[in-house]
Amino acid sequence: MIQDMMISGPEDLFKVIPFARLLDLRLELAGNELTTHMPFAPHLIGNPMLPALHGGSLGAFLELTATAQLSVFETFDHIPKPVDVNIQYLRPGKPIDTYARARINRVGRTIANVEVWAWQEVREQPIATLQAHFLIG
Amino acid sequence: MSHRPFHESFALLVDNIPYMKAIGAYYVGRSGEGVSLGLPYRDDLVGDPQTRVIAGGVVTALLDHACGMAVWDGLDEFKPIATLDLRIDYMRPALPDRDLIVTARCYKLTRSVGFVRGFAYDERMDDPVAAAQSAFIISHPSLKAREIH
Repeated sequence: MIQDMMISGPEDLFKVIPFARLLDLRLELAGNELTTHMPFAPHLIGNPMLPALHGGSLGAFLELTATAQLSVFETFDHIPKPVDVNIQYLRPGKPIDTYARARINRVGRTIANVEVWAWQEVREQPIATLQAHFLIG
Repeated sequence: MSHRPFHESFALLVDNIPYMKAIGAYYVGRSGEGVSLGLPYRDDLVGDPQTRVIAGGVVTALLDHACGMAVWDGLDEFKPIATLDLRIDYMRPALPDRDLIVTARCYKLTRSVGFVRGFAYDERMDDPVAAAQSAFIISHPSLKAREIH
């Protein structure tokens, strides 16, 4: 177990979270603008007949993107914990790479409100969006 | 052709799904409470290395899948379904080294939408780790074809 951990930036976060490594999540940071990337892998499939990505793989990607966005501005000694998440599935996830960006709507003393949208080929056509509250205190 | 109840193939609807295989989910069974799935604890599912608690996204995946299966249980036949939306409240961290269980029940089924409630827990269902509320869209491929022609 890691006793002391300082998360300073999204790169650190994706490195220390085992589940982010299982999903092979990557990111690109241009200034404070973060774009995350979930490369397609066959194990992300939820509907083998279409085929389409599993709602759960998209959900995890959106949630970890929100966490990564929070770490762009803030330094944490604990990883922010989700309190509640709301996911809308807008289009089937094709068996190709997925990208996401997040916007922090508010950071309070204990709670942060974050919004995330994920797309594949066209950024203006999101395949899923997420709104979430995180415990940051 | 023998007519086996649809729910007899429920284990296959977990075992044959690549993402469920990747996280190690298994089918538990169905009861009056709903359809249940389980997930053994694994180090690579962890979302917080300090506490060894599994990632919220893993809980989301298991809840999403169990909720979908609850719709199939309600339909009692296979129809293509897709998650419309999913809301999850995380009440407490899941205990490390314990199997996570989720139970979901479709409490209302209309022609095109299934409404589902689900809970994730490690010991007792009345002490949940997370609760889910979701809606699924149900496709009627034969009807769609008729509408097109």
